Amino acid sequence: MEFIAELLISLFLVVSGVFGFVGSYGLVKLKDSVQRLHAPTKATTLGVGGVLIASMLFFFLDTGHISIHEILIALFLFLTAPITANFIAKTYMVANLKQEKLPKSSSECGWSIYDKPPSSDEDS
Amino acid sequence: MLARLIPHPLLSLALVLVWLALVNTFTLGNLILAIAIGLIIPMLTAAYWPDRPKLSKPLKSIEYVAIVIWDIVLANIEVAKIILFRKERDIRSRWVSVPLELTSPEAITVLAGTITMTPGTVSTMLSADAGCILVHCLNTDDPDGVRDEIKARYETRLMEIFE
Repeated sequence: MEFIAELLISLFLVVSGVFGFVGSYGLVKLKDSVQRLHAPTKATTLGVGGVLIASMLFFFLDTGHISIHEILIALFLFLTAPITANFIAKTYMVANLKQEKLPKSSSECGWSIYDKPPSSDEDS
Repeated sequence: MLARLIPHPLLSLALVLVWLALVNTFTLGNLILAIAIGLIIPMLTAAYWPDRPKLSKPLKSIEYVAIVIWDIVLANIEVAKIILFRKERDIRSRWVSVPLELTSPEAITVLAGTITMTPGTVSTMLSADAGCILVHCLNTDDPDGVRDEIKARYETRLMEIFE
């Protein structure tokens, strides 16, 4: 393989390694669970993304075959990461946060883990 | 007739594309199998989709995806800077309440996912009547600015796509 191709692939691998490391370091450094959520949901996205781009480049330049699995991995990651973050955040809030510490909801009902939804005709 | 055969054209298309991507090689046999899957699964699951989301401008979603991917790259760099170079006590986290104008569950789901993936914000909870979303900011001095940016940058675009 050409030198430039190898350079490009290693660049993406290094970038992804750095961001993966920063994400994990964030878990240690930040002080509460909600803050810690920010580290893995963001920094890891680019971390994994870098590896996937490097992998696509490698297979394209090495075999001339375009590999689509990486796009699927990215897609599934984008679908699942926010949901995991949301579950962890809600669990943390139920266990550790008082309603008074949160800003008021500007609609009629309060936040869903503290308040009941408005009763509809189907429920009654 | 066509509506009964293909109750959910976008789902069928998505299934065909995902199947082809999964097998990773394009042959006629794979295409036929993909189309069969794209026809059968929506028919079997149609009962679970009583209200399908209507996309009024599907092409706008391409623009939306491009903007979100660009923001994700920026978000990564921004959050990495905060983690690496800020002292722990200088990180000012805030809760922000964002009123929603979107009403369809699908649009709100997309918005919540977008907020989680983009600059320094995680969406944590909806109000019980889904009229308002609670967002946690990693580091901000201007909660109102964050709220206005979410509404202007993402919500208005989603309104165009879904409603």
